[in-house]
Amino acid sequence: MLRLPPMAERAGRAALRQGLERLGHAVTARIWRLGFAARFFAYMVVHSGTAFRRFGLTIREIYFAGVQSMIIILVSGLFVGMVLALQGYETLQRYGSSEALGILVALSLVRELGPVVAGLLFASRAGSAITAEIGLMKATEQIAAMEMMAVDPIARVVAPRFWAGVISMPLLAALFSAMGIFGGYLVGVQLIGVDEGAFWSQMQASVDVREDIMNGVIKSVVFGIAVTWIAVFEGYDAPPTAEGVSGATTRTVVTSSLAILALDFVLTALMFTGGNAR
Amino acid sequence: MKRSTIDIWVGAFVAAGLAGLLFLALKVGNLASFSSAQAYQVQAKFANIGGLKVRAPIKSAGVVVGRVSEVRFDNESYEAIVTFVIDAHYQFPRDTSAKILTSGLLGEQYVGLEAGGDGVMLKSGDRLRLTQSAVVLENLISQFLFNKAAEGKEGKDGK
Repeated sequence: MLRLPPMAERAGRAALRQGLERLGHAVTARIWRLGFAARFFAYMVVHSGTAFRRFGLTIREIYFAGVQSMIIILVSGLFVGMVLALQGYETLQRYGSSEALGILVALSLVRELGPVVAGLLFASRAGSAITAEIGLMKATEQIAAMEMMAVDPIARVVAPRFWAGVISMPLLAALFSAMGIFGGYLVGVQLIGVDEGAFWSQMQASVDVREDIMNGVIKSVVFGIAVTWIAVFEGYDAPPTAEGVSGATTRTVVTSSLAILALDFVLTALMFTGGNAR
Repeated sequence: MKRSTIDIWVGAFVAAGLAGLLFLALKVGNLASFSSAQAYQVQAKFANIGGLKVRAPIKSAGVVVGRVSEVRFDNESYEAIVTFVIDAHYQFPRDTSAKILTSGLLGEQYVGLEAGGDGVMLKSGDRLRLTQSAVVLENLISQFLFNKAAEGKEGKDGK
């Protein structure tokens, strides 16, 4: 039987120990960061008085997060609606029910695509900008300077951006859905020639304001909270270096996209579990 | 950028977003159609409701007059109790009959109301006496097959 010399055995044990330690450190660091993010969120919500008392600050951020995202949201909404109408028509006319095109376009936009795609676009257009801005403020020690002047940077810098995102997101999602339905109308009715009356009336008959539209709005509010929370947290937590800020910006987009998709599944499972299930 | 310019843009953005929501609610979702404030509830018992769902339309002469608000199983009569919410603009006689119909060959199921001749109108909480259940395709087909089989036998016996 082969016996390792005592030195090698000791080295092996040390390596095992080190591996375990590294694993444990990775896990505790993640959990610690999650807890930090939660405390950060609570602190931010408690200290968001300034964001509402001096609403000008929040309005400025709504301009950067919301107004400047409008073009991309409107254009992509239009195209998503047009593609939905083209593809939906292709499938529906096989079953001779091309009049249901309105239902297909409206329900898929209002329930799913509106909040989700608008959320993904918002995360990459506005979320990344928020992270980069806060991260850079930290890297150039503006945040530290504020603390020196006894100005709470979370109340003054972070909270207005957070609330601006939460306010902007549902509006952007509604614009996306409305624009998408208009795009579906353009392609379905004007281009392909589905009957206009059937398009709108079938849509109106099967889209419920509370069940479909309100749930879509709730989804977009939840996505807005998730995306902006991740964005401001990553920015605030970014290492104050050039690489740190760029890494944080990437993490914002990746994490918030995954969060949107995962949350969307959970919310859909909670909201739309069949009309007969009740 | 000047403060007032930003304010104008944000105002336009919020207005556009709210307009989008309003468009969704009114034009897409048809919010104005039914509110429970001016509607009355009527119940009906069916032996079989087929695929009727909550929120299915209730039509009379093809016009949508209400929605199905609840579908429930009655433990005593072993039948389905369906609750209709009918817009108060539309009044029906007390002996109105309800049928479960299908739009198109395989389309969605809805309730058809046929007005009777009674002078007294339905009011909230009434129960419709005359109902006709949904047509179940399997039963229809098996009935048809039985008839065919019976016909075939008769034809053979006659020879």
